[in-house]
Amino acid sequence: MIQQSLVLNRDADLILPVTIARRPQTSRDRKAGPGSDRRGMAARQQRPAAASDGSAEARRTDLRVNEKKCSWASYMTNSPTVIVMIGLPARGKTYMSKKLTRYLNWIGVPTKVFNLGVYRREAVQSYKSYDFFRHDNKEAMQIRKQFALVALEDVKAYLDEEAGQIAVFDATNTTRERRELILNFAKDNSYKVFFVESICDDPDVIATNILDVKVSSPDYPERDRESVMEDFLKRIECYKVTYQPLDPDEHDNNLSFIQVINVGRRFLVNRVQDYIQSKIVYYLMNIHVHSHSIYLCRHGESHYNVEGRIGGDSELSERGKQFSAALKGFVEEHRLSDLKVWTSQLRRTIQTAEELGVPYEQWKILNEIDAGVCEEMSYEMIEETYPEEFAMRGQDKYHYRYPGGESYQDLVQRLEPVIMELERQGNVLVICHQAVMRCLLAYFLDKSADDLPYLKCPLHTVLKLTPVAYGCKVDLFDLKVEAVNTHRDRPLKGRDAKKVSTGFEPGTLRFMNKVSTDAVPPAFLRRNSFTPLSSQDQIKRPRLYSMGNPPQARMSQAPALPSMQFSEVSEGAELLQSKCSRRRRMCSELKKQRERLFSTWMYHQF
Amino acid sequence: MMLDNDEFILETSPRELTQNPLRKIWMPCKNGHIAQRRVCMTNCPTLIVTVGLPARGKTYISKKLTRYLNWIGVPTKEFNVGQYRRECLKIYKSFEFFRPDNEEGLKIRRQCALAALNDVRQYLSVEGGQVAVFDATNTTRERRGTIIKFAEQNGFKVFFVESVCEDPDVIAQNIVQVKLDSPDYTHCNTEEVIEDFMKRIKCYESSYQPLDEVLDRDLSYIKIMDVGCRYLVNRVLDHIQSRIVYYLMNIHITPRSIYLCRHGESDLNIKGRIGGDSGLSARGKEFAKSLRKFIQDQNIKDLKVWTSQMKRTIQTAECLGVPYEQWKSLNEIDAGVCEEMMYEEIQEHYPLEFALRDQDKYRYRYPKGESYEDLVQRLEPVIMELERQENILVVCHQAVMRCLLAYFLDKNADELPYLKCPLHTVLKLTPMAYGCKVESVYLGVDSVNTQRDRPENVNVLRTTGDALQTVPAHL
Repeated sequence: MIQQSLVLNRDADLILPVTIARRPQTSRDRKAGPGSDRRGMAARQQRPAAASDGSAEARRTDLRVNEKKCSWASYMTNSPTVIVMIGLPARGKTYMSKKLTRYLNWIGVPTKVFNLGVYRREAVQSYKSYDFFRHDNKEAMQIRKQFALVALEDVKAYLDEEAGQIAVFDATNTTRERRELILNFAKDNSYKVFFVESICDDPDVIATNILDVKVSSPDYPERDRESVMEDFLKRIECYKVTYQPLDPDEHDNNLSFIQVINVGRRFLVNRVQDYIQSKIVYYLMNIHVHSHSIYLCRHGESHYNVEGRIGGDSELSERGKQFSAALKGFVEEHRLSDLKVWTSQLRRTIQTAEELGVPYEQWKILNEIDAGVCEEMSYEMIEETYPEEFAMRGQDKYHYRYPGGESYQDLVQRLEPVIMELERQGNVLVICHQAVMRCLLAYFLDKSADDLPYLKCPLHTVLKLTPVAYGCKVDLFDLKVEAVNTHRDRPLKGRDAKKVSTGFEPGTLRFMNKVSTDAVPPAFLRRNSFTPLSSQDQIKRPRLYSMGNPPQARMSQAPALPSMQFSEVSEGAELLQSKCSRRRRMCSELKKQRERLFSTWMYHQF
Repeated sequence: MMLDNDEFILETSPRELTQNPLRKIWMPCKNGHIAQRRVCMTNCPTLIVTVGLPARGKTYISKKLTRYLNWIGVPTKEFNVGQYRRECLKIYKSFEFFRPDNEEGLKIRRQCALAALNDVRQYLSVEGGQVAVFDATNTTRERRGTIIKFAEQNGFKVFFVESVCEDPDVIAQNIVQVKLDSPDYTHCNTEEVIEDFMKRIKCYESSYQPLDEVLDRDLSYIKIMDVGCRYLVNRVLDHIQSRIVYYLMNIHITPRSIYLCRHGESDLNIKGRIGGDSGLSARGKEFAKSLRKFIQDQNIKDLKVWTSQMKRTIQTAECLGVPYEQWKSLNEIDAGVCEEMMYEEIQEHYPLEFALRDQDKYRYRYPKGESYEDLVQRLEPVIMELERQENILVVCHQAVMRCLLAYFLDKNADELPYLKCPLHTVLKLTPMAYGCKVESVYLGVDSVNTQRDRPENVNVLRTTGDALQTVPAHL
């Protein structure tokens, strides 16, 4: 019997068959693609396979890279997809491209935008006028086709070599000829193609878009509004001459596509092929463009916050109650009409919302990350009881799953319906929790999986998010009620540790200073080829304490360090090697930590 | 999910919070009186109106949508005007009844539609329904106008679902599959039925006014073309409509089978303990091998296999020698503080919790854990993806399998937590016409029984003996 060899990914508490093969992992040092945000966490975490002689170490590195990619959504997406935008200028193609890319990256599908306009601007430094876009301008037409080919080459590199899963090709693509070119390109490389066409005949909407986005376009430096509008409208006319919209009835009957008509009033959806296309359609149908603001905050300070304990379901502290009152003032002061208020189903958020005196909705999926066996512990307690777990979480906080609990990655998946509903709503105030707020914020600010778990979401602070053009404006309101600091920065090993702890007031972050100087990087034991094992990682007993019940014999067992278990087909040799190579990995781990330190400092400016 | 407050009294806030002992939800309370709350997915009730010629799958869509919405917790009922007509007319003679010039027929049909609308009003306004599916042809703009007016008067939102299909094969297939069994045609042979039904369709064709992109641009609707090849979606207004659209876009009618089973018997099963993450027992491994043989014997085309992220389902799937996918959403219900306990221990440590669970097993949430209701919410994406898939084997857990089964068999919240899903038994579900055919295949490997039926006494003051009355035998 062919048995797949199994690896227990201790970071994510996942048992993964190794055969989840992905595309080659050679990372090529490319210039970041135009319009790209380089968020794709998988792409970022790829390192060239260490020793190319195929040593155990190299294999493990590969494995690790593969595991990283296995967010559920990514897992369901088997062959790469090229999303091709279609539409006249100023139809919101770039808006949709960017937003879709942000969403897909957030749910864990590595996605990148390839904006043809950026390629053009790079090559043709100064834009003169709409003449360039005239269909009878042969020379310009040739140049524009060249850009498309170059961009497609980059798409290919991204999907084949950089482990991307979705490329968004953001250009007008208004002619059948051009679309044929793309379809052939995709066919040659066995990519799936999904077209997104934006059709809009409402002149007001078009004018708004031109003013909002195009006036600030690099094509029009320092010009006055009217001439920009005029030039742009002429540019649109140039395309109109040759525009062939998708024809669902005859010519394009067999293509997979969505037509977005008049900014989401109507949609025509044709031949959705797979999971990810269905997701994309659902997302595009839910985003709307009317202006709204989303207010994110955490519950008021809780008793557990004060005690430095995580999770649980404790009540608000006195200061927490003061914050609730201040929040009521904030809501009244800002005259938020038709404000919807959402809370989790934990007491501290409900208490906070109760004070507001407005109706609110409770969502279980807004509950704080489930810390499993670590619920209601302080970080010191965790470090003492589960030193291995504690260290592992520090290494890869996004993918690390608490034994019997959740990871940030799990949380993102759990929160997806919240995002979908937030996109649909008008003004919403979400009263949630630190980890939840980080996940939501990462969506709006397009933060990578690496940065997400370290986003700063202090207590007693409201973040106002307002979508503008292609991004999101963030206003921060400190409601001036004191609270403990619950932010824990990336833990650092050895000498580096001291650097970071100096940045905080003593006392509030006592756990930060307690990094042992002789810190041995945690044994990163990957157990290859054994029957799935996760029981000892999933002891849920300690949570009993919180109920005020006498601890039982079984639950007082501290979980044993994961023992080695081998199946009949054990690859013992590889494991031996793993011990030898651990030291080497420690070094590279430390190096990585230093690099992180730098990015952490950068982020402090937020 | 979402909750809101029915009676919100501004002056008295903030109110004290008390936890509902059954559902473990924090609720504001005043003078010991807990504010009434209800599940609220939509603010005002929605009336879903089907549009289309006969044999376009309107009833199929209506029934399926109703089943889905009820399963996710939105009280929904379908109102089939054909049913009203049959009740009113008793005997159906032939298509003549549907001829546009049959005054008598027109009158009766109109009366039936009005009677059905009256019941819709009763259901949405009085009985607490959230969604009503009005299943009729509704092929004329005039009829749809009547319905819109009716909805406006009662404060309901209207969402139209039109099915358009020109493929004669699909239509013929639909007639054979569904209409042959119709009470209208109890004494006819296949050819007679097809002939009469085709004429019946003709009666509607002359007056059919499909939803129009221009004339009906202000309406909210989805137009399903050629059984899901293409969709036109117009003006989706709210959460529930968006859910409906997503669901309708994911269902398909390609014949296929869904195989559901639990993991093989686990070590904790033998000990009579719930939850945990133990490995398979010797018999459990035996089952995994039998399952491999069963799957091979069935010779299923493109079978996909899904497991949870727990050791016992993965071990079971590993034995099959085929690729499989792991879903965290398929993990067993989280019993919170009761994880890895025997029922005897739960009764000993938490007698009150144990009794509450027996009182309302569907809504009961384990302290720090989940309820069946929570589980259904967690499994919704699984159902959505199951609808998209073709042949599939889901290796899951008792509570999870009950929830999935309840969806396919349209079981209500009372029946759901007691559905029988024994170990080492594969359920083969094959969608047929409006329902699902179920075949239960016992693979002949012994296992412990894990089904604990509802005991007679569910009073919180019951004796231990009463509480443990139905606990299955274990080590």
